[in-house]
Order: sequence, then structure tokens, then C-alpha cells
Amino acid sequence: MVKAKRKVLAICFTASAMLSAAGAVSANSELLKMQMNANDWVMPNGNYASTRYSELDQINAKNVKDLKVAWTFSTGVLRGHEGGPLVIGDTMYIHSPFPNKVFALDLNDDGRIIWKYEPRQDTSVIPVMCCDTVNRGLAYGDGKIILSQADTTLVALDAKTGKKVWSVKNGDPSKGETSTAAPMVVKDKVFIGISGGEFGVRGSMTAYNLKDGKLAWRAYSMGPDSDTLLDPKKTTHLGKPVGKDSGISTWKGDQWKIGGGATWGWYSYDPDLNLMYYGSGNPSTWNPVQRPGDNRWSMTVFARDVDTGIAKWVYQMTPHDEWDYDGINEMILVDQKINGKMRKALVHFDRNGFGYTMDRASGELLVAEKYDPAVNWATHVDMKTGRPQVVDKYSTQHNGEDFNTTGICPAALGTKDQQPASYSPRTGLFYVPTNHVCMDYEPFQVSYTAGQPYVGATLSMYPAPGGNNLGNFIAWDADKGKIVWSNPEPFSVWSGALSTAGDVVFYGTLEGYLKAVDAKSGKELFKFKTPSGIIGNVNTYMHNGKQYIAVLSGLGGWAGIGMAAGLTDPTAGLGAVGAYASLSNYTQLGGTLTVFELPN
Amino acid sequence: MQHSKFSKSIILASIALTYSISGYSAASKADYRDFVPSPEQPYYFQDGKVDFGTYNGFRRYHADCHVCHGPAGMGSSYAPALLESLKVMSYGDFVNAVVTGREGMDNMIMPSFAQNVDVIKYIADIYAYLKARADGVIGPTRPDKFPKVKKLIADN
Repeated sequence: MVKAKRKVLAICFTASAMLSAAGAVSANSELLKMQMNANDWVMPNGNYASTRYSELDQINAKNVKDLKVAWTFSTGVLRGHEGGPLVIGDTMYIHSPFPNKVFALDLNDDGRIIWKYEPRQDTSVIPVMCCDTVNRGLAYGDGKIILSQADTTLVALDAKTGKKVWSVKNGDPSKGETSTAAPMVVKDKVFIGISGGEFGVRGSMTAYNLKDGKLAWRAYSMGPDSDTLLDPKKTTHLGKPVGKDSGISTWKGDQWKIGGGATWGWYSYDPDLNLMYYGSGNPSTWNPVQRPGDNRWSMTVFARDVDTGIAKWVYQMTPHDEWDYDGINEMILVDQKINGKMRKALVHFDRNGFGYTMDRASGELLVAEKYDPAVNWATHVDMKTGRPQVVDKYSTQHNGEDFNTTGICPAALGTKDQQPASYSPRTGLFYVPTNHVCMDYEPFQVSYTAGQPYVGATLSMYPAPGGNNLGNFIAWDADKGKIVWSNPEPFSVWSGALSTAGDVVFYGTLEGYLKAVDAKSGKELFKFKTPSGIIGNVNTYMHNGKQYIAVLSGLGGWAGIGMAAGLTDPTAGLGAVGAYASLSNYTQLGGTLTVFELPN
Repeated sequence: MQHSKFSKSIILASIALTYSISGYSAASKADYRDFVPSPEQPYYFQDGKVDFGTYNGFRRYHADCHVCHGPAGMGSSYAPALLESLKVMSYGDFVNAVVTGREGMDNMIMPSFAQNVDVIKYIADIYAYLKARADGVIGPTRPDKFPKVKKLIADN
């Protein structure tokens, strides 16, 4: 019964998206149609709703065990390969970490290179990137491929030739502003955020004209209303107007000017509501004692009008962060029954360990539950105020500077980092790659210097108590706020998931396995060892009537650098170091694309 | 919160003062309370513990340096492992590299940290930590430490 109902809902969702596609009169309704075409993979998370779900069902739970490698491609770049390929017609587009190469590959010729683009970037940007020189992918729109380079140059390339059409500088690396995010194209605009929360930047979301790269609007995460594009009367926080200059009033003095709230995650879009959704990151510095107040609007979900940038609603998940729980993870937009009532929902798995279900039209908070039982820094989220109820023992603010607060779960990596989850309308479940890691956190005084790290805390990370597994791959019910099944993984799952109409869910592991599991039970159906650890996101596409699965491998990212050798167990001194040191026995660095198919 | 923390450190400081003035450690054997760092002997290590300055070096290293040089000085594909470099690098060369930066090794760039007071102010502590790592005295994990002594007296 439940299953049948969910199927109907899925169809409704598809139909409403189709309707809005037909009704769109904008310059670029092209993408609204393209995202519905399961043969292509036209944006990093598959569609504007960021469900990472595909209607393709040639590869299914019965035959996925027969998958084999169709072809592979080396990017020639070491370090962490996050994100994944785009597929448009006969062409696949892939990107690399710094130096941010882009390749257009011919799907009619086993991935022969049609064109290659390699920007010239000053290597001085490398030391101002916090957690490896990753890049999470490309955007497509109006015949252009959009790349956001590490040095914050946003460049539009002709999708056919790779020739530069326009470029614009979004930030200043000499101030610690860098870029790792994948842009998003909506209508006639390109949206891009900024990285640098560990360097005291002030985060912002910027819209550029797709046609010529001209700035359309910019909305900062903090500052006066004219900077944040918040309307003191109309913009709401859990139903209440935010009031005047809410991006300043919860900061001490001028600290908002170096307040962080970077916007380096994923962006979603609802064409019916004309709203885009994204989250902001940690307030700067990591030493909470140095920046009293709620530090609005760091750690916040934003719903903004795509045309004007003005926020309809905001919700701050972690006021006055004390643990580096950036709120930047993807916002998954689904139409589901929540507490018995049909909702236009937004589902978000935050770094802070809570899985949030919200009404994406009104910004109402519907569900906030822990998606890893290990989470201990807060007992629960107060559903009226939206505030997490912080446990003193794990509060680095309460324990103060120069005090090593131990046993905080999750670690700064979060119960989940940026690796995006997937939603299958067939099962009504969310498939979430997670970390199962805890930490010690010692904040201390730091001074701000432009372009220099502004961190102010030292951390040790280790597996959550009661086991040695550093990750889980879980199925989540966003209505009940409960884990349906959970597969332990020896290492953090740092790869974006994919679910399909074949009732299979795919994800990668840090040892380098591409895995396929049954969408209903989580039972492992297939695994294959790729050349390096997988921190990329799995996608699927159809070419010449055949379904393929594609993923970038290439160990790195925060998991690869900070953890591969750096996890420390404060008691034994060996446990977790042993666990993570063993990662080097499984895999080495190196970027490779692997494409899978069923045998003929 | 800040006030209570502050008074706590004053108390700690006065305890430390009491100890050294009252001659509690009157025995002839020198210990961490008598330790004065120098380029030749930048850290103090006894019974599995390091002096507070070396511990502070661990903290500061992991705030400002480890992004490129890897956790615990173990290096990464962007920058050399300092626990190896400091086997041959003098204190003077170390300070020079941090202050002026370096360029030219493969694609690598070491930026200047001259403007970064979080590094410059504690450069001797960071050196002490890395030297202790290079000498194999401490492992990759958070080192155990003796209480803050000399620094508190100096601050007061």
C-alpha cells in the first residue's frame, strides 16, 4: 500500500515539473526540458531538485551483478576528484581539480578527446584552499559549459569547441577567496558561491548573466540588508520577519566583515516557486569564544528569488557554531506527505548530524532528527525556535579557549559533508553517504590577516565509539525522521549517491569500490575496484540505446588529506591512525573516469 | 564565559609562581619549569610529555601549516614533509623560509607568512614541535604536555 501510494506521488511530481516546463516563458526553458531527459545528465545532481535519481532502468537489481567496465579515461591530475561528469547528447564533459582542466569526450568513440581546456592559474591559490584543491563540476546552459576555477574565475566555454566565450572574476584569492563549487544555470543566469571560511572571507551568492558574464546580483551571507538582500519585513525565519540588518545585529562590532558563511556547496531550484536554495558555511574563526552572538546568517538555509536575489525565507541551523558544522550540503526538493500532509518539501542532511525536512515554500521546519545515532553535541532541535539544544560537555564555547573538548560527535567533517545524497520516488527513501567520526576540538586565540588562515582551533578525529567503521551508507525516511537501513563502511563514504528506476543505488568508497545496493533492502549487489579512492559522484546516462554508469575516482578532499594520515586516537594513539593508515594499502592518488555497462 | 576563563588562567599562573618562588622543586634536578628553549634544544621532553610551547606549536601548525604540509608534518603532494626537512634545516633557514616564502620547486609555492601574527608570534613553538617530530621524540597524535609555565610568568 505504502509503496503504491509513493509511486503515484512520484508521477505527480514529474507531471508538475513538466507543466512548469511547458509554462516557462523565460529565455532558457531549454534546461527545464533537458533535466527531464534521462538519457542526458545535464547538471551535477541530475536535475534542479538535486534528487540524483534517474528514470533509466536497463540496469536493475537483477542484472547489476553483471556490470563490467566499458572504458576508462585518466585526467592526468593527482589530488581529490570530487563532482562528476555531465552528459549531453553524444558528448561527455569532465573536469579535474586544480589546474581545473575540462575535457569534452566523444561517446561515439570510447571517450576520444574532442577538446581540452586548461586555464592558466597562479599557483599561489593552492595554499589558500582549505581542504584540497577540489572542484565539484561544471554547469551547462545555452550552448556553454561553465567552469568555476580555483582562483574564482568563472569562465564560459563554447560546448562544441571549448573556446572561451566570456570570463569574470568572482573573488580575490589574495584575501583567501577561492572556488570549489559547481555553478548552476537557471533561466538567463549563472549562480556561483565562494569558498574561504577558514580565511575570514565574507560568503556570498552571485548571479551573472549567462549571455555575457555581467553581474546581475550578489547576496552576502552577513552584513546590512542591502548586502544580504534580506527584506526586514518580508523575509522570514521560521515564519517571523527577520527584522532590520539581521546580518549585523548578532555580531560583535565589525566581525561580520570577516564572518565566513561561505557558499561552497550545492544549489537547487524550484521552477514553480521561482526560488533557489543553498546553505552557508561556518562563521570565521573556528574559535567560538572570539565571536560572541548567533553569527547570522552563517550555517543557514537560504531560499532566494532567482531573478532578484531577495530571500523569501532563511533558517539558521547551527547558531553560533562551535564545531565547524558548515550548512552547505545539498537541498533535495521533493513533493512528499509529511506528517500526513502533502508538502513541497526540502530535505537536507546537515553536517551537524540532523536530517531536516522543511516546507520549501514557507520555510517551516517539519522534521529535525539525527541521522546517525552517534550524534551527541545536541540532544534535539527545539521545533518552535529551531535551535539545537546544545550539551555543555560538548560545547567548545562552554569549555572555553585552550581547553581540549573531547568525544564530540560528529567531527568537523560532519555526519555528512558535501557528497550529495539521492532520493528515489519509487521507494520514497533518501540514500545518504555518511561519516561516522568523532573529534576532540581545542579552540584558541587567533588574529585576522587578509589572505592568511583564520582557523583558531586544532582537531583530532577518530571513529565513533563502539566500532571501527568510519562511515555508513544509509536509507532515510524524511517523514518519520528515521534510518530505514544502514550499511557500515570501513571508511567515510565521501561519494555522491545515485538511485535509479532499476531500484539500484550506487555509491563509491574511499578504498575505490563502486558499489551497487538494492534500493529496498540495502543488500550489496555489485562492487568493482576502481584505480583510486572515490570521492566523486556517480551518474548514469543512455547512449545509443544503452545505459551506462560513470564515476570519477581520485582520492583526496578533506577525507583524503586530513584523514588518510591524520586521524588520531587520543587514547590508544594507534587505533584510528592504524585504520586510516591502512587506506594507503588500498589505494593511491590519481584521477580516472570509469564507465560501466552491461555485457552485450 | 570569557571572564571565568580569564580568572582561571590567573589562578593557574599564580600556582605556577608559587611553585617556582617557594622552591617546591628545590631538588637539584632541572625539570620543565627550568627549561629555556634555544635553536639547539627547542623542545623539552620528559616522561612522554612536551613543554607547553612545543604543544602550542602542535596547535599552531595544525591551524596554519598542515593544509599543505600534511598532518603532523608528514607532507602532501603539494609540500614537503617537514619532519624530514627539519632533519637538515637549521632554525635560521626555517625562519627565513616562513618569513620570506619560497618558490620554484616543481609547481610548489611557499607563501610568505610575514604578515601572519598567528605564525610569526609562535614561530619558535612551531619549530620546536616540528623538530620534536623530526627527532622522532613525539608521534603524529596530539602530544601530552606539561603545564604552561614560563609563558604565564612572562605574561604576568
